[in-house]
Amino acid sequence: MGKEADSGVLQAGTYYMSGSEAVAEGAVAAGCRYYGGYPITPSSGIMELIASRFREVGGVFMQMEDEIASICSVIGASWAGAKAMTATSGPGLSLMMEALGYAAFTEAPIVIVDIQRAGPATGQATHTASGDIMQVKWGSHGDYQVVAYSPWSVQEMFDMTVQAFNMAERFRVPAFVMGSETMVHLKEQIRVPREIPTIERRKKPGAAPFDTEEPDGVPPMPVFGEGEQLLVTGSTHDGYGFRKSDDPAVHERLVERLNLKVLHRRDDIVEVESHHMEEHDLDCVVVAYGFTARAALFAVERLRESGRRVGLLRLKTLWPFADKEVEMAGKRTRKIFVPEMNMGQVSIMVGRYADCDVITCNQVNGRTLSPLTLEDELRKVI
Amino acid sequence: MARDMEKYIRPEIRATPFCPGCGHGILMGLLLRAVDELELDMDKVLFVSGIGCAAWIPSPHFKADTLHTLHGRAIPFATGAKAFNPELTTIVVSGDGDLTSIGGNHLIHAARRDTDLTVICANNMIYGMTGGQLACTTPQGAATSTSPGGSPYRSFDLARLVVAAGARYVARFSVTQPLSVIASIKKAVTTRGFTFTEVLSPCPTQYGRRNRLASPEAMIRMLRQKCISVEDAGILEPGVLVDRIVTGVFFDGTS
Repeated sequence: MGKEADSGVLQAGTYYMSGSEAVAEGAVAAGCRYYGGYPITPSSGIMELIASRFREVGGVFMQMEDEIASICSVIGASWAGAKAMTATSGPGLSLMMEALGYAAFTEAPIVIVDIQRAGPATGQATHTASGDIMQVKWGSHGDYQVVAYSPWSVQEMFDMTVQAFNMAERFRVPAFVMGSETMVHLKEQIRVPREIPTIERRKKPGAAPFDTEEPDGVPPMPVFGEGEQLLVTGSTHDGYGFRKSDDPAVHERLVERLNLKVLHRRDDIVEVESHHMEEHDLDCVVVAYGFTARAALFAVERLRESGRRVGLLRLKTLWPFADKEVEMAGKRTRKIFVPEMNMGQVSIMVGRYADCDVITCNQVNGRTLSPLTLEDELRKVI
Repeated sequence: MARDMEKYIRPEIRATPFCPGCGHGILMGLLLRAVDELELDMDKVLFVSGIGCAAWIPSPHFKADTLHTLHGRAIPFATGAKAFNPELTTIVVSGDGDLTSIGGNHLIHAARRDTDLTVICANNMIYGMTGGQLACTTPQGAATSTSPGGSPYRSFDLARLVVAAGARYVARFSVTQPLSVIASIKKAVTTRGFTFTEVLSPCPTQYGRRNRLASPEAMIRMLRQKCISVEDAGILEPGVLVDRIVTGVFFDGTS
């Protein structure tokens, strides 16, 4: 690794690194000082790097007995004041689903880096996929919100890990970085900026840690050991954490607030990137995300060279969903093309908001969707 | 519970949530006695519990930081909090089903790691909150709602299990031995490393009424009759110990 400042955080500059390294460095730069994890391909590289980086920066690394223990320890550390994370992959993510709901319900900021691999079940552990998009949003029981980033480069593995911590802390929600096998093993150049803005937890001693005056607010977050006599529970609770297991009004207000606090701030979270979207009557818009979006951009530019009016809307965040942006894209074209390394998880969401034809392009063979394949498929639909 | 322990109870709490004859209220009082005698600063104590009747001993009652977690997961939550802030005196209070069945893997691994946690396991030998189902601690032959003909299985000897997993201090007492419970909890809290105190707690509502021990007195009497000290047990023939509950300090790696 390159030169470090006294704080141990990577100094500004240009580096050549893998996606795993970028996640580890992004976490350290964001202020993450607790990691709880369990080995699983292809995410283990992140854990190994953090185990050694935390020795330098004074973080607490715990290798737990399984993924359930990993995420629970991360939530415990978060309530003890840590910026805390874990990284995992499909089978481990499945084991974490109950505790994901706990983090959402108790409003514990945590970051989960999900390095997607070909599933379901053990599937192909060393091969890539984007099969966990719906799971992170709907995999735990009940209604909850998460923030999920979808990086397409090693640079974004770094940047979005930092952003995931910032969003988790700001909104007191679980935040995901939805990487993939391809993304952690990819090596490319990244620039680490001089200033890396980080968001710290808002404190207000004595204030209710689980309710706000507004029905969509984010309460301040005290932590253990501050003398606040915190009552944290996964049961339905009032503003001070007292269990209210029978009160319909308390449950409704809590669940609604936990959803609205994210949905009403979606403009501060949702990020998209438009490529060649200037025309108002496009032949086709490609909506893509993650590594697939790189192949999509290649295909779009090849088709434009042959005179087709094709644009790319890249979803940098997957949750909350870019509903308005997709709706706008749908108004400017007759067709939206959604290439995915799953059986069509994001195309379901696109179809919900875009008032035009939605054409899916799915590949679930554990290999990256190649730019040439995508070009051929796109040519067929135009 | 004695009135002089009420200073540790949140003022909002008006009544105990436990059934008549439940031993958890006794354990709650004994735990607070230990806290009081140790003069712990409750602002620096974190109580962590799982799901079930025993998980309600600290949450929401105790005037301290309390983390009421998921079923079986109290120990990993506590592990993360303690690892990040070692200044928190971290006490896990939960039931037998929670800590040793669904959470059994976490228990043995925390013992192996020697994580600095005080784990107090209220063992009522049954799933109380969910309606009296068979537990991994139910004695062989005992009737439960899911073993109406009597449990066909052996039960875990929790104390010995945790000794084998590497805990620093392990003891088992019954709520019928209050002074020993207090002394054991004090020893556990002041021991650096992983400690496990199993406390037998009667459940007349779910266990007793299915096993001809429906009244609180009958369950207390049964515990008093069955408990035998680890010292006395050592000089008896093994066959005599069938159906007895051995209590005492099973391992003390601090001395």
